[in-house]
Amino acid sequence: MSTALNVLKADDFASDQDVRWCPGCGDYSILAQMKKVLPEIGIPPEQTVFISGIGCSSRFPYYVNTYGVHSIHGRAPAVATGLKLSRPDLSVWVITGDGDALSIGGNHFIHLLRRNVDLNIVLFNNRIYGLTKGQYSPTSVEGQITKSTPMGVVDHPLNPISIAIGAEATFIARSVDSNIKHLATVLKRAAAHRGTSFVEVYQNCNVFNDGAFSYAQDKATRDDTTIELEHGKPMIFGKNRDKGIRLNGLSLEVVDLADGKVKEDDLLFHDEQADPVLVYLLSRMRHPAFPEPIGVFRNVVHETFEEAVRGQIDQAVSQRGKGDLQKLFNSGDTWTVKA
Amino acid sequence: MSTESLSSTEKPVKFVSGITVRLVGDSGDGMQLLGQQLTNTSALLGNDVATFPDFPAEIRAPRGTRAGVSGFQVQFASHEVHTPGDTLDALVAMNPAALVTNLADLPKGGLLIVNEDSFEEKDLKLAKLNTSPLEDPSMENYRLIKVPMTRLTKEAVAEFGLGSKDADRCKNFFAMGLVYWLYGRNMDATLRFIHGKFGAGKSVIADANEKALRSGWAFGETIEALGHSYNVEAAKLTPGTYRNIMGNQALAWGLLAAAQRSGKEVFYASYPITPASDILHELARYKNFGVCTFQAEDEIAAVCAAIGAAYGGQMGVTTSSGPGIALKTEAMGLAIMLELPLLVIDVQRGGPSTGLPTKTEQADLLQVMFGRNGEAPLPVLAARSPGDCFEIVQEAWMLATQLMLPVVVLSDGYIANGAEPWLIPDVSKLSPIKIEHPQGNNNPNGPFKPYLRNELLARPWAIPGTPGLMHRVGGIEKEDGTGNISYDPENHQKMVNIRAQKVANAAKLLPPQQVLGPQSGELLVLSWGGTYGACLTAVQQAQEAGRSVALAHVRYLNPFPSNLGEIISRYEKVLIPELNMGQLRMLIRSRYLVDAVGYNKVKGKPFTVTELFEKICEMTKSAHRPNAVSTK
Repeated sequence: MSTALNVLKADDFASDQDVRWCPGCGDYSILAQMKKVLPEIGIPPEQTVFISGIGCSSRFPYYVNTYGVHSIHGRAPAVATGLKLSRPDLSVWVITGDGDALSIGGNHFIHLLRRNVDLNIVLFNNRIYGLTKGQYSPTSVEGQITKSTPMGVVDHPLNPISIAIGAEATFIARSVDSNIKHLATVLKRAAAHRGTSFVEVYQNCNVFNDGAFSYAQDKATRDDTTIELEHGKPMIFGKNRDKGIRLNGLSLEVVDLADGKVKEDDLLFHDEQADPVLVYLLSRMRHPAFPEPIGVFRNVVHETFEEAVRGQIDQAVSQRGKGDLQKLFNSGDTWTVKA
Repeated sequence: MSTESLSSTEKPVKFVSGITVRLVGDSGDGMQLLGQQLTNTSALLGNDVATFPDFPAEIRAPRGTRAGVSGFQVQFASHEVHTPGDTLDALVAMNPAALVTNLADLPKGGLLIVNEDSFEEKDLKLAKLNTSPLEDPSMENYRLIKVPMTRLTKEAVAEFGLGSKDADRCKNFFAMGLVYWLYGRNMDATLRFIHGKFGAGKSVIADANEKALRSGWAFGETIEALGHSYNVEAAKLTPGTYRNIMGNQALAWGLLAAAQRSGKEVFYASYPITPASDILHELARYKNFGVCTFQAEDEIAAVCAAIGAAYGGQMGVTTSSGPGIALKTEAMGLAIMLELPLLVIDVQRGGPSTGLPTKTEQADLLQVMFGRNGEAPLPVLAARSPGDCFEIVQEAWMLATQLMLPVVVLSDGYIANGAEPWLIPDVSKLSPIKIEHPQGNNNPNGPFKPYLRNELLARPWAIPGTPGLMHRVGGIEKEDGTGNISYDPENHQKMVNIRAQKVANAAKLLPPQQVLGPQSGELLVLSWGGTYGACLTAVQQAQEAGRSVALAHVRYLNPFPSNLGEIISRYEKVLIPELNMGQLRMLIRSRYLVDAVGYNKVKGKPFTVTELFEKICEMTKSAHRPNAVSTK
């Protein structure tokens, strides 16, 4: 086998299907970054499976030349769990959206995270139902005017990162569709993590909810409205890197570094292995009161679900020997009827 | 105390051909365990056996109340039996609530054994009785044996120094000992059970239970009220080695066999639900067979995980009961679209909604036939007895893999918890189920075509990990051949036709319908599922009484066997008994335009032979003799 021939390129992951997202949709950028990082991850297309539910984002598997299942609404985590349990050798990605993962599939989403199945889940959060043409979603903000909420949304929105830490996910990250370098880095780190990697991507739906994340996307503002999480480093942000995040009791606060009263050492240092309580606090940092964190919130190592499940199977075989049907059928009380 | 001293009775023994006993008590009294032991012991003695466990949905309903009554009926005989028996020879009642809720099934002259210690005023109050039924003049109709079981058991086990509660718990074994004496049952298997179950670390409990069992046996030998015991000789079953098997157990074992025959490992995903959960418990014990059991977060996740495993090339199985099947509906449609092999097993119970969780019914047939959006047919097979569950899941897996589609297997609560002797198969003689996963591209001019079909219209089962065969499947309509998304009107029509034809092709892989009895005549009884035993026995009795009647028991409900219509046309009338309001009848009438008559019951109980026999007699003329020609 020649290794030279096996260097993978983005084209190796491009399918022959026409991409049918609306022009200008943030999904294009995520697809492009995925196709860019897949060869760098180095797992061949035939060992890779994309599984999705229903929604705009869930068309994703058709556009990558790997194995793929476009399943039913909300159920991709369950399909993926069954696949990974029975085929631990495969690299599995779940592609979902805010409605798919947090509304109809909320149950599967939290159970996937708590089990720590070794797969990667990318949630395209656009705070709207796009494919059904503009109803509010579980991440739509209060007061948001949509087709189904002409007088404004009254539900309190779900926070995907808070849900993930509540379910004790072992890898939690956030990125932004237009911040392509950052997105590529986060996707690669997600792929490298053993266990469930959860990545929320702020994604613009330019047709039904245009500009929902413009504060985090626009180059002009994003340095002040987002903060890049870096493991072991103090939490500093701002165009001039003159603002920081400090822990005050059980709350976070924005502090000014410009006047020198607060030193870098007084700031919160980001720790990807920190207590979940701290991760939860980070997840609550919301624009405009806070810059919204992007990057890896949490990265800890636990035994994966399939390791534990397959481990019990191996243990049973080593303790009791490979199962013998005839022995099983003849076990217990039997009797013989003579001819 | 030696076994020898109790192995034979001093009293005269009366040989009879069959006995039906029902054991009833509080749901915490251990009646199910007692019944299973009596069944197992009778089977070991070579009797044919059939059982009917009947218990409340609550784990411990309020003690002593009518709602908390749990029962176990068993018929053991020296001839073939297919039902747990219509009428009782003996009723053993552990308390007043159990007595009054079951007495109606004991005919005049029947043996009635009661624990008289539990007929105190407080017990009567719990059963909502003002006076003791034991004082009722109607008791003269029965051979009533009042046994102070609680007191005798406590005295018998006093030497072990157990607390009052533990000592009292031994009384079901005292009752068992008495029943064992009465019917000449050997105690060895039950003694092995007692020491196996209670032996480790708490042998005092085991010894006390053994003492209670033996004391019950000795009590039968001693009291004058029981002048003789009974015995039932071994039945003449097909030669071979047998064991006793319950429906859910046979189903689990059938899955293991199907996996081995096809070189697969079972991936079993389910969510707990009565009466299917025992399949999960059973399979979870066999991880050394490579079985992967996954208790999912809900019914939908269970079926979806099984679909995921199927895409990966494994044997995906999910089981449930009616309410859970309702939740799996959308995913079953997905499996139809993905054209992946999948087993969906429905252990039916009384419905609708939560219905009667622990009672039997056959009312999910139309749900599994039609309960999906769009044109979404799939094969439906139904087990007819506990042992048949072993066979039917293997047939279902054969169909699923040869045709690449999901297959539904119907069982029911009666079969699931019922037991019968099972002729142990020779594993070396099980034929392989051939499965191919393609390695090469089937399209010389472009990418792999996941929906290119063989002569049965099955698509190739290409699995992830195979270089060059990357493909995407999904719930959106696909272009035949390429599997690409297609909204083309002609293609949709074509794909709907293909998916229907695949199901129809199942009939080519299955045996034709058999008829028991005359090949033409006055009446054909069409039965399906767990009512087989009662229908068969009733038809046989009617044939012996000179009626022109035959039985066609339908195991394949979709598609129907190709010769079924022709068989139906040879009889003047068709009777379809079902534990629903006429679901197979609706299918038969619409398919064959025949004026089939129903006999329907939804009381959470199986048919009695008598009621079916009477219905057959009502529909046939007494003068008729059966035709000479008959096949099995």
